[in-house]
Amino acid sequence: MPDWLIALLITLLKAVLVTLALLTTFAYMTLVERRLLGRMQLRPGPNRVGPMGLLQPAADAIKSIFKEDLNVTLADRLVYTLAPIVAIGMALTAFGGIPAGPAGSLFGADPWVYNLDAGILALLALTSMGVYGIFLGGWASGSKYPILGGLRSSAQMISYELGMGLSILGLLMLVGTTSFQGIVGWQAGNGWLILFQSLGFALFLISSFAETNRTPFDLPEAEQEIVAGYLTEYSAIKWALFQMAEYVNMITASAIMSTLFFGGWKGPQFLNGLIPGISDWPIVWLVAKIAFFLFLFIWVRATLPRLRYDQLMRFGWKLLLPLALANTMLTAAFLAFRGQGGLWFLAILSLAGLVALLIMSDRVRVLWNTPTIRREDDSMRPALPRPTGGD
Amino acid sequence: MLLVALGIGVLAVIVSAILGPKKRGSRTKLMAYESGNDPEHGGVGTGQRFPVHFYLVAMLFIVFDIETAFFYPLAVAYQKLVPFAFFEALTFVLLLLVGYVYVLKKKVLEWA
Repeated sequence: MPDWLIALLITLLKAVLVTLALLTTFAYMTLVERRLLGRMQLRPGPNRVGPMGLLQPAADAIKSIFKEDLNVTLADRLVYTLAPIVAIGMALTAFGGIPAGPAGSLFGADPWVYNLDAGILALLALTSMGVYGIFLGGWASGSKYPILGGLRSSAQMISYELGMGLSILGLLMLVGTTSFQGIVGWQAGNGWLILFQSLGFALFLISSFAETNRTPFDLPEAEQEIVAGYLTEYSAIKWALFQMAEYVNMITASAIMSTLFFGGWKGPQFLNGLIPGISDWPIVWLVAKIAFFLFLFIWVRATLPRLRYDQLMRFGWKLLLPLALANTMLTAAFLAFRGQGGLWFLAILSLAGLVALLIMSDRVRVLWNTPTIRREDDSMRPALPRPTGGD
Repeated sequence: MLLVALGIGVLAVIVSAILGPKKRGSRTKLMAYESGNDPEHGGVGTGQRFPVHFYLVAMLFIVFDIETAFFYPLAVAYQKLVPFAFFEALTFVLLLLVGYVYVLKKKVLEWA
């Protein structure tokens, strides 16, 4: 067999493996999410199908495959069918560029499906292609709620994509490359980038919550507001594909955050003192970091209420965008005038920015006169008869 | 990767179309969701317009995303260009900030 054919086959094999791994992770992610939400609300969560509910994802999958595939009268048949395929295709493809170890560490092959010099750009491009799936799905349903949900989601996702793209500029300036391997290598030498880009990381984290339509930014599918948004007219496997795309996007976002800000597949170096070589167990570290972020996604879902649409856009355009630019210029100024000073100075600067963000997010709300009803504010409540006696 | 990913999607749709029950839907079953009302006489989609805000946001996104696109090469090559590149970047950002402030003052980003 010629060499290129072997290379092609290996790539194909890896692609299939990654896809299957992602789909399994997605399936169990839904279970873990439901169980964890249960734990956080002091109830057990699904635990009847199989031991500890472990067969619940399989049951769900079989159910959604055997359900009737509805095509609503008003729907645009072609686009209606294509939209979920586009959504899942882009979501799955985006993950392929994440490196899970050094070159050649996967039984002699490289532990990624494709490696581009402009890795981050390709990834941002692919994730933003996901917007098409959601918006076209909403449009093609030919119904009121999907159109509203699709519009909302496209406006939201492009707004926060902007913040996402801008918040990593400072990081790129420090590292000087857009390839994931280069970024991981830089962090192995200089320490995790979250130290030096804590403001950038906070902005990136917030925008990735919005990008993946998770609470507190899940307006496109706000059940209590517009039925199910773009999902309203979908049933059976097409609906499942959209869900799948959302969760795969979450996994990808977690993987990006681990790779960009938390050292990727490299563990913390100081642990090498305890057990030699522990920081170089590539896939283990990456999976652990991804798992941590997925837990964060679920935790936040259980904690925060959803934003109103105007609050969402205001946050994206008036706070996220200027702060991301400020972060970029801060890093740029540091690199231009540091005089070979240590990176720790940048770390402190960035941390100060983060604190400023925390203070501002509260201050700005006051300045913008968003009426907030505080819990202790009794003037908003109707006067109740005070309970008398019996203390 | 893209082929495999899209393939999974196509496969899932085809398998589901084969395996699912294939009953002809009645008219009400295939009707768009509208809380029990007939959407065709309720004014869905047909000529109903949505706020211009969405266009404005999309246009702003294009402008600022182009800015981001200009920034990427600068960011990657930045360390080789300092300190001159800093003033270049600053000029660029300040120019854009003028536009941004204009947009703010015009209250384009206000959602009533």
